[in-house]
Amino acid sequence: MKAKKGDWVQIHFVALKPQERSEHLPEDTKKVPFEIRIKGFLQNDQASIGDLVVIKTPIGRIVEGNLEKINPKYEHNFGEPIAELLEITLDSLFEGDRNG
Amino acid sequence: MDKSYEAIMNRQTEIIRKSIGVDYDKFEIEGIAFDYQKMMKEAGYTIAEVQKIQRETAVGNTPLVELKNINALVRKNSDRGKGARIFIKDEQTNPSGSFKDRRASVSVYRAKELGYKGVIAATSGNYGAAVASQAAKRGLKSIIVQECFDSRGVGQPEILEKERSCAAYGSEIVQTTVGPELFYYTLLLLEETGFFNASLYSPYAIAGIETLGWEIAKQTQQITGRFPDVVVSTHAGGGLTTGTARGLQKAGATNTIIVGASVDLRGLHMASDNDFNRKSFTTGHTGFGIPFAVFPDRSDVPRNAARVLRYMDRYVLVTQGEVFYMTELLAKLEGLQRGPAGNTSLAAAFALAREMNEDEIIVVNETEYTGAGKLPSAQLTFAKQNNIEVKKGDPIKEDKPGERIVIPESPLQIGYIEIPMMQLKESYINQLFKRLNKTEFTRKEIEFIAEDIRESVGTVQKLIEKLRA
Repeated sequence: MKAKKGDWVQIHFVALKPQERSEHLPEDTKKVPFEIRIKGFLQNDQASIGDLVVIKTPIGRIVEGNLEKINPKYEHNFGEPIAELLEITLDSLFEGDRNG
Repeated sequence: MDKSYEAIMNRQTEIIRKSIGVDYDKFEIEGIAFDYQKMMKEAGYTIAEVQKIQRETAVGNTPLVELKNINALVRKNSDRGKGARIFIKDEQTNPSGSFKDRRASVSVYRAKELGYKGVIAATSGNYGAAVASQAAKRGLKSIIVQECFDSRGVGQPEILEKERSCAAYGSEIVQTTVGPELFYYTLLLLEETGFFNASLYSPYAIAGIETLGWEIAKQTQQITGRFPDVVVSTHAGGGLTTGTARGLQKAGATNTIIVGASVDLRGLHMASDNDFNRKSFTTGHTGFGIPFAVFPDRSDVPRNAARVLRYMDRYVLVTQGEVFYMTELLAKLEGLQRGPAGNTSLAAAFALAREMNEDEIIVVNETEYTGAGKLPSAQLTFAKQNNIEVKKGDPIKEDKPGERIVIPESPLQIGYIEIPMMQLKESYINQLFKRLNKTEFTRKEIEFIAEDIRESVGTVQKLIEKLRA
């Protein structure tokens, strides 16, 4: 799939390689790079996932990075029903002696 | 210009000076000592000025709601004569859905007044949405920098929701992986854009919260005929608690006990890539609460205006499971779907109310908007995906941050863990020893420490002696 100029996209880039990072980090964080993701409008005529591209953010800033997603969607949601919470009811809390 | 980590951090002082419009040097006394009250007076705004600024963008004047059904449950589970009345300040009714609008309103007003074209805030929380919303109202651009993903590229659901919210207000959102280098990148952006640093910890940000304490004092008095006996405030970076307490004092409620409450996440490292998605709360927890209490000047400004040891009378912790349980109670008993943040202090208030007399008043100082990513169902589903055990049981005995979340089986199991204030105060002095690499302080420095931890000069001297040994 290709993105074309003006498409809403997400870019990704490494801002700091592991060796360029702050000295005061836990061991696990030290091993990985410091990465950044930004969304904006594609400025290249066309591009594929992974290509180095330029975007214009909603406030007009120009940023370069690798194309990661085209028309990125919101993936967070309301979650699944949680049995431990569903069991909390008016009757159980007041042992049935409230509101009839 | 060199944009490496080292180069940017070396230009930190200069970048901050240009981007915040406060001459912090004016308030320095000597060594670690600075004149906090002078800074708050000269660099902040009066209550009346803040109220005017906030009226312009529809911030504040939120309802104070008595939680009558929760209070009935408290009484049912309390000894005779016990069970204080709990009220909650419904801060969700602010424009972007949290008290953070108060904090952002003054910063953005200030940015506009000083002629900046845009504002930048480093925050993974509601403050981002608040800055974005206030910037939209005042016609400024905004960039929000948030720590969002672990190295697998998995985002915390609540932070993903905050991104959506900021985007809705027209912001550019910069999403980073885990690490304190968020600050480095924020500095880089401040330098590149010349925008205003809408720091959470500036005198303006704290002045913006004072109206919350002020309103709580006035409304409680109007409804009940007295000032609140206790105000419970979710404590993270310290701003909410500091601002609320200052506002209460300015309104004359000088005897109100201020209780800070945080979610217990002790044992999880806040800068750890592995731990990042093992927690169900992104703020209001001990990972911010304890470090910011004991060393406030770890923030993105030279002198942090949020200094809780000056204002907090007690500090209590609640578990993640208890907060989820309270979130359910608030929805099912009061018809208020809110949270998570304010429900941390609500859980603590529930336990505290059972110990207080029935004619006493306890106020929870905030609610926040909820929805996708933020609901208990969203967070607990995410927790299970990250191999966290979710079970019913005794939350305080069985809770293990990063491994197990325990939902109470009964309201009687809602309790709190008290962290003695003196422990935090000792830790404050230990931090000074460690960070400044010295154990000798001048008279003026000792006077400052005494003020900063609200103890006498004599007590501070004794603590220093004790910790040296």
